[in-house]
Amino acid sequence: MIKGYEVVVGLEVHAELNTKTKIYCSCRNSFGLEVNTQVCPICLGMPGTLPTLNEKVVEYAIKMGHALNCSINRICKQDRKNYFYPDLPKSYQISQADIPLCQNGYLDVIMEGGEVKRIGVERIHIEEDAGKLLHSDKFDGSLVDFNRCGVPLIEIVSKPDMRSSDEAKAYLETIRSILKYIDISDCKMQEGSIRCDVNVSVHKPGTPFGTRCEMKNVNSFSAAVRGIDYEANRQIEILEAGGTVVQETRRWDDQKGISVSMRTKEDAQDYRYFPEPDLLTIVVPEEKVKFLKDTLPELPNAKIMRYVSDYGLSHYDAAMIVDIVEKSAFFEKSLEAGCKSPKLLANWVLGEISKFMNDGRAIEDTALTPEKMAELVNYIADGKISNAAGKTVFDIIVAEDRDIKAIIEEKGLAQVSDESALENLADEILSANEKSVSDYLSGKTNALGYLVGQCMKASKGKANPGVMKEIILKKIAEISQK
Amino acid sequence: MKNLYEYSAFELSEMLRDKKISSVELTEAVLDRAEKIDGKINAYLMTDREMSLKMAAEADKLISSGEAKSRLAGIPVGIKDNISTKGIHTTCASRMLENYVPVFNATVIDKLANAGSVIIGKLNMDEFAMGSSTENSYFAVTKNPFDLTCVPGGSSGGSAAAVSAQEAVIALGSDTGGSIRQPASLCGVVGLKPTYGSVSRYGLVAFASSLDQIGSLGRCVKDVALLQDEIQGHDPMDATSADRSYNSLYDGLTDKILGLKIGIPEEYFGKGVKPEIADAVMKAVRALEAGGAKVVPISLPSTKYALSAYYIIACAEASSNLARFDGVKYGYRAKDCDGLIDMYEKTRSEGFGREVKRRIMLGTFVLSSGYFDAYYKKAKLLQKRIRQEFEDAFKNVDAIVTPTSPSEAFKIGDRISDPLAMYAADICTVTVNIAGLPAVSVPCGYSEAGLPYGMQIIGRKFDEQTILNLAFAHENAFGGFRRPEL
Repeated sequence: MIKGYEVVVGLEVHAELNTKTKIYCSCRNSFGLEVNTQVCPICLGMPGTLPTLNEKVVEYAIKMGHALNCSINRICKQDRKNYFYPDLPKSYQISQADIPLCQNGYLDVIMEGGEVKRIGVERIHIEEDAGKLLHSDKFDGSLVDFNRCGVPLIEIVSKPDMRSSDEAKAYLETIRSILKYIDISDCKMQEGSIRCDVNVSVHKPGTPFGTRCEMKNVNSFSAAVRGIDYEANRQIEILEAGGTVVQETRRWDDQKGISVSMRTKEDAQDYRYFPEPDLLTIVVPEEKVKFLKDTLPELPNAKIMRYVSDYGLSHYDAAMIVDIVEKSAFFEKSLEAGCKSPKLLANWVLGEISKFMNDGRAIEDTALTPEKMAELVNYIADGKISNAAGKTVFDIIVAEDRDIKAIIEEKGLAQVSDESALENLADEILSANEKSVSDYLSGKTNALGYLVGQCMKASKGKANPGVMKEIILKKIAEISQK
Repeated sequence: MKNLYEYSAFELSEMLRDKKISSVELTEAVLDRAEKIDGKINAYLMTDREMSLKMAAEADKLISSGEAKSRLAGIPVGIKDNISTKGIHTTCASRMLENYVPVFNATVIDKLANAGSVIIGKLNMDEFAMGSSTENSYFAVTKNPFDLTCVPGGSSGGSAAAVSAQEAVIALGSDTGGSIRQPASLCGVVGLKPTYGSVSRYGLVAFASSLDQIGSLGRCVKDVALLQDEIQGHDPMDATSADRSYNSLYDGLTDKILGLKIGIPEEYFGKGVKPEIADAVMKAVRALEAGGAKVVPISLPSTKYALSAYYIIACAEASSNLARFDGVKYGYRAKDCDGLIDMYEKTRSEGFGREVKRRIMLGTFVLSSGYFDAYYKKAKLLQKRIRQEFEDAFKNVDAIVTPTSPSEAFKIGDRISDPLAMYAADICTVTVNIAGLPAVSVPCGYSEAGLPYGMQIIGRKFDEQTILNLAFAHENAFGGFRRPEL
């Protein structure tokens, strides 16, 4: 809270759905192809063409509705939003006005520190995307790429329930995570497959909400955070100087880190919404709505909770695994394959596996399987090999499909846990390092690490470090009593 | 010896099948006729002899190999110029689309092509189908074959005039508020506006999506049935197309009308309708009664609101449908523009004619925030009421008979500067579009000056058969097509 003001944030998230085809024609829905190749007379809005609704779009949107605890309007309609722009070939966008497919939901987001914040979801509706204007030094004027025309979108409108940019960020990240888990959007920010408009106002708690400004062109979650903070400060400064905030639409310039006015309320466009006469009323059978609810996969928040409560992971670790669908799937499959230690497994997933994934390699591009991972973790958990030896094995089973037992034997990685052998070793090391023993006894506790290290070195890494430490402590205790 | 262009489609169909004539001969005869007289009529915006003869030659092959399945194989069909034809200019009689050549066929054109029909040319109309006289064409004013100083009606004026002047055998039109029936009436031919949803709208350049319907014009009821048989049917490309089975209307055609109940709504015979026309229609009704039909007086009280409701809904949809003509992608683009907004404004100011602009402005207004409830919403409520009144009426009657047009053909130029007088031409026809019903117009009399009167027969949804049977019975009693002196 700055100078006693509270920030009030509402978000409109547009997510492109990853259906195979577009929303109103059978053109392919895919990003990054040669300009104006994924088009047909329908998505180009040529005279006489008509839209026909891709039913998958309705299904996908209902899934999101269920995920955000919305009520589903089984009977709803589509409307035309009229405005002129060169990237909009029909000069209207087919959208939904007064009756959205889903409404009145909520989303619980877990803030850093584990506190849960519930954010209301006003509505989710389906609509078509527009094309893209291309500008370049290489040609005069602007060109239009219509490939994106008719790509299906859902717009998720939150209630003004967020009170900081951190909450907005957590909300956006949770939305993105859900979209990925229910597999209805690729959520690639850089490809524009998820975009958001931000509504910001400020007020003093206990007083009515302030006048809000809408900010467009927010192209990343971090831009949303910067934009909200900037906008809140701007409004507070105006109020503190005795001015009033004007209701307007502003454009966020992320490079400069400022928002600029686009149009005020007086210049607001009149979209002249009316029911789309080329399409029938959408009627979704009750059984279908139920089926989509029953077959919804476990959602990310529930997964995080389960990882914490069932597997004893820290909230942070659980969230880190769940953040990436592939990691979480691998984690769960490895457990299913018989991995005994979820915590050790989590370390591997967040350590070595994340390392090669960060380099752009997918798990499925390597030789690593959940079965192998489970077996490897179990070797470590059982004390049969050390963590360090495990890394050697890991590197090999990532590179090629080999038997773990054979690798351990071949490389001589098996850990010695036999106490009599280790006791002999301890006696040797202790007698050779009397100075360190007396250091330890005089209170220099890190001498213990040195002694264990010496044992490990002498065993060429095969000694079980845990067992070794116990024995050393026992021996030192014996020495001190003498 | 009758000239080939004078025959009806159903007769020509048999002659082609019996190999008495070829499609090439027939197509040439019709093109020759058009070449000879269209200078007087201005029905065609485009003919292409080479293209049509090529299609005819293919049709002949199809017929001689015995592969022709359709009765329309080899028959030339005229196409209203708002129906998309691949590779052939489709202008909607607008400067806006003067040079527009579609890359795809309307579903009805594909159907005709599959049937082996021959496209004989593209026909004149009011710009974007907005008008009742064909005077709103950017290119030419079509003349009424019965009196060249009179309008042929509209908006399918080119289609009606071409069929009437025997420079087309049959033709496709479109009907949003009477645009097939009114010109059919004024030109003395038969025109069918089918049930909304029975003919695919895919490829029909939209005027008012919820009211538009493609239909047929011919010189006799049989020909209209024949053409409707070919174009009707469910189309997955049109979400508003009705998924149901469609029977052959031609095969079902009969003049046995014993026991059919005909409703006569008083509202369609009173103020605004010429008494001579009302009398001619009632005379025809009496003849049907003599043929076994029962006549029942009925009332459709909301009729008086229909014209207002119609112009609000139609203009609202048009303002949105015609927004795509913005100079960006195809069609007309104004020169010397100062930026995007200036380009939009100049393009649309110069590319559209007065009537189109008037309706776009009306439609934009009624959809504007603050006016939507007062106009559009109210009009939609009226639409519901009008539909309900028809539904109730059809519980007691099998068909409803009215005049098609309140007057016979009027003089060119008479109403062009008085839009309200022009809109009144649709007073008897708009309710049918508002209710989504089928209706046919058949000639039922002639003025002293020899101008045709039309009778409109309205039916239940998807009951084209009953109204065509009544039209057929009437035609047999009244006499068929009377050809204009040209």
